[in-house]
Amino acid sequence: MTAVTAGTAETTGAPGRSDAAVAAEQAAYEAVFDAAVAADERIEPRDWMPEAYRASLVRQIAQHAHSEIIGMQPEANWITRAPSLRRKAILMAKVQDEAGHGLYLYSAAETLGTSRDELLDKLHSGRQKYSSIFNYPTLTWADVGAIGWLVDGAAITNQVPLCRCSYGPYARAMVRVCKEESFHQRQGYEALLALSRGTEAQHAMAQDAVDRWWWPSLMMFGPPDDESTHTAQAMAWKIKRHSNDELRQRFVDIAVPQAEALGLTLPDPDLRWNEERGHYDFGAIDWTEFWDVLKGNGPCNEQRISRRRQAHEDGAWVREAAAAHAEKHRADKHRAEQHQHTGKHGEAQA
Amino acid sequence: MGEWAGSAPVLEEEVALANIALDLLGQARVLLSLVGDEDELAYLREERSFRNAQLVEQPNGDFAHTIARQLYFATYQHLLYGQLASGDGPFAGLAAKAVKEVAYHQDHAEHWTLRLGDGTDESHRRMQRACDALWRYTGELFQPVEGIDVDHTAMESAWLASVTDVLGRATLTVPEGPRTGAWAAGAGRQGLHTESFGRMLAEMQHLHRSHPGATW
Repeated sequence: MTAVTAGTAETTGAPGRSDAAVAAEQAAYEAVFDAAVAADERIEPRDWMPEAYRASLVRQIAQHAHSEIIGMQPEANWITRAPSLRRKAILMAKVQDEAGHGLYLYSAAETLGTSRDELLDKLHSGRQKYSSIFNYPTLTWADVGAIGWLVDGAAITNQVPLCRCSYGPYARAMVRVCKEESFHQRQGYEALLALSRGTEAQHAMAQDAVDRWWWPSLMMFGPPDDESTHTAQAMAWKIKRHSNDELRQRFVDIAVPQAEALGLTLPDPDLRWNEERGHYDFGAIDWTEFWDVLKGNGPCNEQRISRRRQAHEDGAWVREAAAAHAEKHRADKHRAEQHQHTGKHGEAQA
Repeated sequence: MGEWAGSAPVLEEEVALANIALDLLGQARVLLSLVGDEDELAYLREERSFRNAQLVEQPNGDFAHTIARQLYFATYQHLLYGQLASGDGPFAGLAAKAVKEVAYHQDHAEHWTLRLGDGTDESHRRMQRACDALWRYTGELFQPVEGIDVDHTAMESAWLASVTDVLGRATLTVPEGPRTGAWAAGAGRQGLHTESFGRMLAEMQHLHRSHPGATW
């Protein structure tokens, strides 16, 4: 816990004080914040924090929450068609977990002074983004396995360091999310393994899915370090612990032996072990495609956001009904209490 | 219920509806495994061999429609599993676990019936319409089924009392129409289904049937 709370910080703008005094106080808060971050202490909701730190976290956590919600769609696409009851149950549990992760993350974002409604509005209007990966379609059942193995694998590589993120509520949400994600990833891997070792047609289906999901998964780590606008500041604030390229390399190093164990190949002719670096070298990412998808021109951008908007619009009357019912209920309760109160003095209770 | 994933009116309902779907799928798997291979039974039977009640094959419709279907069905399931759990028949073990799950489903459906029925004018209208539309599929639930030793008559009166109470509290009218459709009550139990069912099976079974003998 840092020493300065938001409560004391409110006095910053008190009238009648000189600009110099306000600036000095601001500097003092910043010094306390910087020291807390340097000491690896957690910043909590009531602590003073720089506005840019707050804004950066809202952006990142919201984008993360949106990704969980939009990410339900490509997988939900296969719920009704899952080829066995066991796989169907696993997939439904996973999609349910994703909705739960969205809920934790919106709650974490709300501790920074925003609201879920506000964030959803920004998602629906395209002012906030979600992970580029969910703009790719799930064309076969094997895609569900490939998403579990590669997409969740990349997400975990990204998210495990976030469990040590300087902002407490986000770090704690990540601990819960990562546990469940690891479970999903193993299940995805196992589903792909069953296909790879199955019939020839199943093996081909698995290989095709991996061929389509490999590069988009590498893009999940974001632009290369020299083009990443947020990285340096996020690392200084200890929101991020590693650069995009470091995490991407870590993921490749883990995924290559897993692909070998699966009996599947990765669609990269330049992929090879580099003895000197102690890492796998890999081919160039098509950044044109990445930026294009991010700008909204991926295969499913339009479809994903329309579906989300549609669900929200179709559900408006349900949310209004729940609010109206709660309001009536509150009024009833209030009347009942008043009635009881007056009853004590009068004859109403008799 | 799985069709709702990604389309629920609020995030909390994404979780709740998937949770209910998952419970029901778990119950189906246990029941099917009691008589054979769950996947063979789920994926390789044709429409005329399915014995589900017509109520549960009705399309989701809007949220009110789904809630009305769940209210009718969960209330029935709660009574059925309650009776089975207290007996010593072959389903007692399954019912003992399932009764806890369906109690939650019933509670969920009742709360939403109250919110929608006694919410706004629009939600009231939609909830009433849904209750009316599905009423004709409820009689079938209480037709005796071979091998299930429960008192269907007692269950039916308890069901009517429970649903009447909830609809009343939700300011809704208990539908007046017949509780059976043009088919004789119990049609679903004889493999006579409504038209949307075949399409539902086509979607559900397509992949499994395209790879005969494969394991997943």
